[in-house]
Amino acid sequence: MNEHPTTAAAAPVARLIEEFHKLPGVGPKSAQRLTYYLLRMPAAEARALAEAILEVKERITFCSACQNVTDVNPCRICASDRRDRTMICVVEEPLDILALERSGSYQGLYHVLHGVISPMDGIGPEELKIEELLSRLRSEEVQEVILATNPNLEGEATAMYLTRLLRPLGPKVTRLASGLPVGGDLEYADDVTLSRALEGRQEAQG
Amino acid sequence: MGTPRIYKTEAIVLRQRKMGEADRVLTLHTLTHGKLDAKAKGVRKTTSRMSGHLQPLNRCMVQLVQGRTMEIIAGCETLESFQPLREDLDRLSRALYAAELADRFLAERVEAVATYRLLQETLRHLQGDADVDLVLRRYEMKLLEHAGFRPELDRCLGCEVPMGPQRNFFSPMAGGTLCPSCGAGTAGSRMLSADGLKVLRLLQRASYKEIERLNIPPALAQEVERHQRSYIACVLERDVNAAAFVERLRREQQRLEI
Repeated sequence: MNEHPTTAAAAPVARLIEEFHKLPGVGPKSAQRLTYYLLRMPAAEARALAEAILEVKERITFCSACQNVTDVNPCRICASDRRDRTMICVVEEPLDILALERSGSYQGLYHVLHGVISPMDGIGPEELKIEELLSRLRSEEVQEVILATNPNLEGEATAMYLTRLLRPLGPKVTRLASGLPVGGDLEYADDVTLSRALEGRQEAQG
Repeated sequence: MGTPRIYKTEAIVLRQRKMGEADRVLTLHTLTHGKLDAKAKGVRKTTSRMSGHLQPLNRCMVQLVQGRTMEIIAGCETLESFQPLREDLDRLSRALYAAELADRFLAERVEAVATYRLLQETLRHLQGDADVDLVLRRYEMKLLEHAGFRPELDRCLGCEVPMGPQRNFFSPMAGGTLCPSCGAGTAGSRMLSADGLKVLRLLQRASYKEIERLNIPPALAQEVERHQRSYIACVLERDVNAAAFVERLRREQQRLEI
């Protein structure tokens, strides 16, 4: 029988390897490499890492309004008086907010669904933060909801599902435009992207 | 002779899952090599040239390279994107159900040309004017047949008498119909109306063209769906995930109509 790779290591080392192995994208080899890297690290740095992990778990919660991860509730974006409170941009994951904020072109509020409808994987609307979005629309003065789910099959399905739910509630429901990526080549574009790029064409600037 | 290291084939993308930083693993139903998993590198980046071509339900020409654990997609081009399916949630949910069912029934790397053509034809008909649920019922029947699980609908599986035009029974465990006297005592068997049996038989032999003209009352459609779903769950020994979403959309639609 093959010996399990971690059984040859001391018990605490084996434990850490096992823990790293649970992380996404970390295979058995990477888990070993990370563990032995940590062993050689100064104690203070290792402690800082451990404390950072603990702090994240202890202090970070979900914003009661937008469901983004935050250390203050409501989060800084929801609490800010410089944001446009008539717009909500609906995204799949907290990381999407970082991407949109980096663009600097959006001044409204956000709402994080924490996932996307994926019928084949058994992930339905009830597993997303949709109820929370609906109650925001009932109480806040929102005029436009921007659906910024990813332009792939699940993201589109989620957007269509939300459109059905949100339209009757009154706000304008919009979808992020899709088309050719900056830096891309026309000849490699697929039919759907190209036809959407044509549909959404705009008057040339210059 | 085995498969060459690099080969080209037509495929329908059944499903996808994320892998690593920007990759996806796609489950492809290929025309020539049956169902297989293939890695699509970098397709989650916006600059990917392949991502648009590799969306689930797309039919495309793919170039595959045999890798150590699975094929790697070297190139692809869309043949048919079934766009109308993607713009209508009711159609899309049914198409996803069809794809999931194919995935569950197919064995890996076993050539299944008939199933491939069936799925392609089904996706086309889900775009059209036919009742999407009837299209699915016909698809289920044909898929069961291709997979070797064609339900018996002509004779009683207990005593072998031909089924008469009366209330009979359907038993998922037995794999088909039972006459009133055999069915009454069999655990798990359910009442099957005379009209229900007619529709089941029709679905077994009719083409999509004939199905398009069919118009059956909701209660009968429900009965037929119930029998087929319980039979499929019995064969697969599990529920089909996408069915729950189809069911939910239908419920919400009914609530809106009231």
